[in-house]
Order: sequence, then C-alpha cells, then structure tokens
Amino acid sequence: MAISRRNFLKCAAFTAGGAVLADNPFVKATAAAAMKKEVKHVPSYCEMCFWRCGLIARVEDGRVVKLDGNPLHPQSRGRLCAKGNAGMGLLYDKDRLKTPLIRTGERGDGKYRKASWNEAYAYIAEKLNGVKKKYGPESVALFSHGSGGQYMGNFLEAFGSPNHSHPSYAQCVGAREVAFTLTYGQGPASTAERVDMANSRVIALFGSHLGENMHNSHNQDFVDGLGNGAKLIVVDPRYSTAAGKASIWLPIKPGTDLALILGWINIVIQEKWYDRDYLEKYATGFEQLKEAVKEYTPEWAARETDLPKGDIVEAIRELGRYKPNVVVHPGRHYSWYGDDTQRGRGLAILNALLGTWGRKGGLWLPPKVNLVKMKQTLKYPKPRRESLAFGDYPEAAGGITTEVRRATIDGSPYPIKAWFVIGTNLMKTLPAPEKTKEAVKNLDLLVNIDLMPTDMVMMSDVILPTTSYLERHDALAIVTQKNAGIAIRQPVVNPWKNVKPAWLIAKELCDKMGLGKYVAYNTLEEQMRQQAKLWKIDYNELVKTGYIPVADSYHPYITEKNQPEFATDSKKIELYSSTLDNDNMDPVPKFTRHKEPPAGTFRLIYGRSPVHTFSRTMNNKWLWQLKNENEVWLSATVARRLGIDNGEKVFLVNEKGVRSNVVKAKVTERIREDCVYVIHGFGSTSKRMTMTYGRGIDDTQMMSHYATDPISGTNGLRVNFVKIVKES
Amino acid sequence: MKRYAMVIDQSRCIGCMACISACVQENKVPFENFRTRVLEITKGKFPKLRTELRAELCNHCDNPPCVDACPTGASYKRDDGIVLIDRNKCVGCKACIAACPYDARYINEEYGYADKCTFCEHRLKKGLEPACVATCIGKSRVFGDLNDKGSEVSRMLAENESRVMDKAAGTRPRVHYINRYPTKR
Repeated sequence: MAISRRNFLKCAAFTAGGAVLADNPFVKATAAAAMKKEVKHVPSYCEMCFWRCGLIARVEDGRVVKLDGNPLHPQSRGRLCAKGNAGMGLLYDKDRLKTPLIRTGERGDGKYRKASWNEAYAYIAEKLNGVKKKYGPESVALFSHGSGGQYMGNFLEAFGSPNHSHPSYAQCVGAREVAFTLTYGQGPASTAERVDMANSRVIALFGSHLGENMHNSHNQDFVDGLGNGAKLIVVDPRYSTAAGKASIWLPIKPGTDLALILGWINIVIQEKWYDRDYLEKYATGFEQLKEAVKEYTPEWAARETDLPKGDIVEAIRELGRYKPNVVVHPGRHYSWYGDDTQRGRGLAILNALLGTWGRKGGLWLPPKVNLVKMKQTLKYPKPRRESLAFGDYPEAAGGITTEVRRATIDGSPYPIKAWFVIGTNLMKTLPAPEKTKEAVKNLDLLVNIDLMPTDMVMMSDVILPTTSYLERHDALAIVTQKNAGIAIRQPVVNPWKNVKPAWLIAKELCDKMGLGKYVAYNTLEEQMRQQAKLWKIDYNELVKTGYIPVADSYHPYITEKNQPEFATDSKKIELYSSTLDNDNMDPVPKFTRHKEPPAGTFRLIYGRSPVHTFSRTMNNKWLWQLKNENEVWLSATVARRLGIDNGEKVFLVNEKGVRSNVVKAKVTERIREDCVYVIHGFGSTSKRMTMTYGRGIDDTQMMSHYATDPISGTNGLRVNFVKIVKES
Repeated sequence: MKRYAMVIDQSRCIGCMACISACVQENKVPFENFRTRVLEITKGKFPKLRTELRAELCNHCDNPPCVDACPTGASYKRDDGIVLIDRNKCVGCKACIAACPYDARYINEEYGYADKCTFCEHRLKKGLEPACVATCIGKSRVFGDLNDKGSEVSRMLAENESRVMDKAAGTRPRVHYINRYPTKR
C-alpha cells in the first residue's frame, strides 16, 4: 500500500474541516501552524461507474481532498468526469452503512438492529444451511454488479450454486454481446467499446447519448473525432446533447430502429456502397442477406420510422462514401423493445457491409494479450442441477436476473430461497418492481452487501456494509483499449471502521460455512502479488504508477500480417446466421411492428445524466447539487394541447395505474410528440438516503411491462405507455 | 509578464459538467455554490434545432466592474490579468456581486467574504492548469498566456473568429469563445 499509516489524530480537530479553516484569514495562521499536512498521491482506479478510469488521489492527513485522472491510464488520460471528481461524496457520505444490521421488523419496514460481523455471519450461515438441507445449494442465487461480484461469485460456487445473474446482462448490454458474437464471434467491447471514433470520418449513433452518457475516454474519442472533422449522424427520438452536434439528426419514431437499419442495409446493397473485397475475404451469406432485405425500400423505411426519405438516404450515403473509416456505433444499453438481438444483428451487419471491423475509424481489433488469470487451485463442487439463470433462450450468454426472479416466484424448475445482492439496487434495475417484491416474500434469506441503504438494501434480512472503491484492493484489472495494460485498485485511505471489502466478506463467509479451503489467500493483496508475478509485472511499480502497459499488444487495424479471427461456425463474419437458423430464429433480421402508444398516452423512454450512474450516485452531495431531481421531457406541441406549462408539476400514470412521484415538466422542442423522457435512477424510497429520498420520478416503477428477447432472454424496457397528469 | 486567458471551444463541449465538479473539489467551493457552470441553450422548432453549450466563469475582465465597485479595495486585478479577492479586506458588502454582469461571484456564507474563480492561481504557481481545464473531457477549455504567441490560446484566437460575453458592456473579458468545428447541416 502506498498510503501512510501515520497517526493523524493529533490534528484531528482540523482534519474534518481543515481545508475550509485554512481558507479563512482569521484562523489561517493558527491552522497553518497546527497542520503540517502530510500529502500523498495514490493511484488507483475509479468505480463511480463501470468504465473504471485510472485515478490519482490526493490525500492529506488521511483524507481524500482531490481526485484526478491518471495520465498513464488510457481510459482517463489525465481526466475524470463529474462523477469521478466527486468520489469523496461517496466515501464521506454520512448516510453510508456503518455496521452490519439484522432485520427486527417485517421485510421492508426499515427496522434493524446493529449486529457484530460474527452475529451477521452466524445468522446467514444458519439460514443457508437450512436452505441447503431443504432445497439443495442451488436454491441460493446471487445478483451482482461491479468489482465485488467476483468474490461473492466464488463464494456462491464454493457453496454449490450456479445461479449467478447480472443486471448488466438482461437489463443492459446482453443483447449486443449476443448479436455481435453471432456475427463476428465476439462482442464489440471489452468493457470499453472498441469504437475508433477519434479517427472516424462519419459516426452514426443509435440512441447513444454521448455527453449525457458519460464514459470518460469514450467521450474524449467522440469529441476528438468531431474535432478531426467527423460528420455525425444521430438517430434518437430526442434531440440529445449529441444530436446538438450532428450534421444529420433523425428523430426516429421509437421502436422502429430496426426498420431504419434494414432500410440502410438495403440501400448499401442496392447502391453498392458495400466494401466488396472485404466481404469476399471475411464474410459469408451476402446473397441471402441481399434477398432477405430487398423488400425494405427507402420509401418503406420512411413510412415506418416517420423520417424523411431524403434524410435516410443522405445519411447512409455519407457512411458509404467514407467507408471503411466510418462507424455505426454498436451502442451499450440494449434493453429496448424485446427484439434487441436482431437490432444488434442489424447494426453488426451494417458495420460488416461498410467494412468497419478492424479498420481505422471503425471498430478496432482487441489488443493481443496473453494474460492468463490465476486458476482456482481447488475445483468447486459441481452443482447437481443446472443453472436456471439462462432460461430457455437459445443464445443466452449471461445470468438473467428476471429468470432468477421468476423461479423465485413460481419455483420452477426448482425453488430459489436465498438471494445475495451486491452492488445493485434491484428495485431500480429490474422492470416490474412489484414482481421483485413478490419474489422477496418467498425468500428464506435476503442479504445485501452495499455501501448505501438503497431501496433494495432496505428489504434485506441482513445488511453487510462494504467499502467504497477508495478503501480497498480489488483483483488486478486488465485494461483493453487499443493497448492492453494492467491497472491496480488499492486503498487510498483506511476503510471506515466497521465496513469490509467484498473479498474479505466472501472469505469470511466461506470460513464460516466450512468452505475456507476454497479461498487460497489471507489477504487479496497476497493474490495480487502472485498474479503480478505470473504476468511478469513489477507489483511495486504498479503500486506507484497505477497502470503498466503490456508491450506489443497494439494491433488495432487489419494489415497483411494482422488478420482478424472470427470465432463463428464458418470462421467468417456471418451476415446470414446459420446458428439462428438452427435456433428457428430469423437468420437475417426481420422487422416486426411494435405496439404504439394508445391515444392520450406516451411511450416512456429514459436515459442518463452525465453526473449520475444508475441510482447509485443520487445521494452523493457533490453530484446531488448538480442534478437532484429529474423532470419529464414533453413535446412543446403536446404541452400546449394539454395545457401544461414549462416547470409545472406533473406526474405519470402507467397502463396498470401505477402513479409516479410529482416532478416538473420540461416542455421542450427537443422531443417527439409520441414519447416522454426521464433520466433514469431517481425516486428513492429509502428514507435513510436523506439527500435523495422521494425526489424525482422512478422510471423503473413505471415499467410494469417488459418484453423478452426470444434469442438472448434479455428485457425490453421501452414498452410502457404513460399518461401525463397535472398535479393540481 | 504573463497575460492569462481562457479560450473555450464550444464545439468541443459536451455538457458533461466535469469542469464544475473538479472546480468544486479543487477550490472547496461551499455546497450549492459554483464558480463555473455550463448552459445548454436550444433554439428553433422541432425538428430544426440547434444547441449552444456554453461554459461560464469569471471573465477576469481587463476592465473589471467588480474592482471598480469594491469599496475596500479587496477586489483587485493582478498584472498577469487575474482578478482576485483579498479576503482580509473583504467586508461582504456584495457591491461586486451587483456590479458583475456575469453572475460570477457568491458570498461564502460561512466566513462572509465574496468569492469566485481564481483561474486556479494556486495551481498555476505549481505549473498546473486550472482544475476545470485539466479535467475537461472534450478539451474544450484551453488556458494559457496571450503574451506567448506560440501558446495554444494565442493560436486559437489568431486562427478563429472569437467572441466574448456581453462585449457591449466594455468589460474586456479574458475568457474567449470560439466554435472551431461548426457542424452545419
């Protein structure tokens, strides 16, 4: 650890408000005399979101006073976003969970008693043994997001359950990974999307609201691309910040993206904009594709999407003209309409036709690295029953949260009786939150491991308080930008007194359950050192610099010597998917119309604020002051019709009669008339989140319906229609 | 002598507010006070719209009305152009706040003095850029010395049409705006 253990109690009176005191002229002299500040700069990496930028913490007398981007780390390049800059708002949040808690009242009524770690572990162990005896170890499930998930995942496997699910799959990026894997044999991202926007001549975004969706280096690349003269095409029913930079904005009718994509594919083929040599060399299924999309004429696409035909044609010709140094961004959050794998296939095919995979300005090839993660020395027990988290979906590639929830409710194919939840607020993540509540009723045990008393945490039987990313080690991270590298997370300050890092919680739970033999280390740092040795990385150097690049890993573009490999059945890019054909799914995407909002209602769409991550950051005072409530974006034309003024208080009612909190209407020209938009993640129901409790609309609460993608099993969340009602 | 200035390329701003967040932390700006902000102004009728993203901060005017208005001499302009406040001389009368056409100042309620952007002069001393510039995700904010003809700010102003806020006010701001990459339809 690079931080000092120096005892700073002697000037503790000054440390709490030290910087403020020092700024005050009247006490400056005394403060300066009393405080010989010990200043350290400690590198680590961020987890305010999941981009995981390298940071350098400035620590004065054991307190973090500033966070800066690590210039060595390719995902921050010396810069941090608003969230990254505000990390101490999480670290020093007065509402943080400070001690283990055991429920004393009914689930959800918020009554808890303080417990020691041993008591909490004993409670959990007893319940787990009960579930194991009665239902088998597979009846325990884990929901995880973030770095802590891996350790709890190990615990789950040691216990004997295969039911590990991730909201990042079914509620986010899952369908994209499935779609691109079907087409190219791998996804377009390794955490970070491999989109070479900095070098693109034309960038097309489908709903990706860069700028508002803040992933650090991705946005740096985006702006660098624009700065280098890239043309920007934005497809979005809302005039996003990115749309404000576009040369062509296509305000598409929500739910018809695939119609536009298929229309574009057809134009590319008919007008011969495709990269013929590239396709001959790397792709298969062109003739079948050509035949399948010929019905999708520009006139048809214009009718379906409610876009001018001229704009549709002009946009794709721009992409065609500058191919292959162009990119149709693969996107990230995919859970839109329930046919999301096919939309992803469409985007994947379009990129293939334009020859962007492995081309400058397109999608770069992953860095070549041979970094083997340390193997688990002792094999975990083989579960007697298969995971139920993949459902019956032919290409499911991740644990599906909503499948685990369903099984918890209906007990099929076998019951789920205990949930561990780490780092994810399921009440703000899974659609149809009433079903989450119903599932929780069936549980014998619900454990949450978190920093904050979120909605989900406050439903727990046992709450285990964990450390923030600034207080802990995590397993060494492999960073894959164009270059690969290794990044370290290490404590920049000592952890709060009675909270523990997830790796330690998992280890102690293993010990308690008699599974200690599966954890081969005493401290995680021990394992990190071994891993570094295995990778021939100087651990001590890493502690000092935070990031070490892997030599000779940079091979982003196709050259004669650097040929792409496609791990599909045909070993080529599959424009026509034989796998989907075997699954009895459409081998080339087909457009099917989605239900449209009934008269008087609007499709609820949602997105992000650049200063917030899901519902994780709303209680952070430094981010709260930048955005502490969402508003309903409503078309000015509609607002006039309904007699709603800008700033007037309104609420939403969905088709099931669920009523939202009251917020202000944002009456704007920036959105179509058939939808309303809110920023995701607001509307906390946890009174212990004192900054954010009750503020703003919870879009998830409004999602009584969701569609299910028949290929990947992922959710479609943009299928809810709401009325907008004036409060008065 | 240096002649400090900031040039903001609005075409590179994405409204992400990293600058505000960095400024708050770097300068320990009191809760719910700000030394800089980002405005997103959209004009037009659907679907023919355009947006201006404009970061605003103290303009460090060459003709600073806040300095003229200050009755105690607390507000002053340094030779390098930075407008500062001597906290020992400030009585918190708010004359400067009334005089500033840019709404750049606030009162530190805890200690009673007026405060605002300093171009992070404490960082400049150490050879660092202002915190907002150092963290700007779009590299939209650029800081430097106008007396150095080779500096990026000098080049940006030489090569581009630039403007300042409320030119007619005669304040002669040191914060300049350019739109280097106009993306016209």
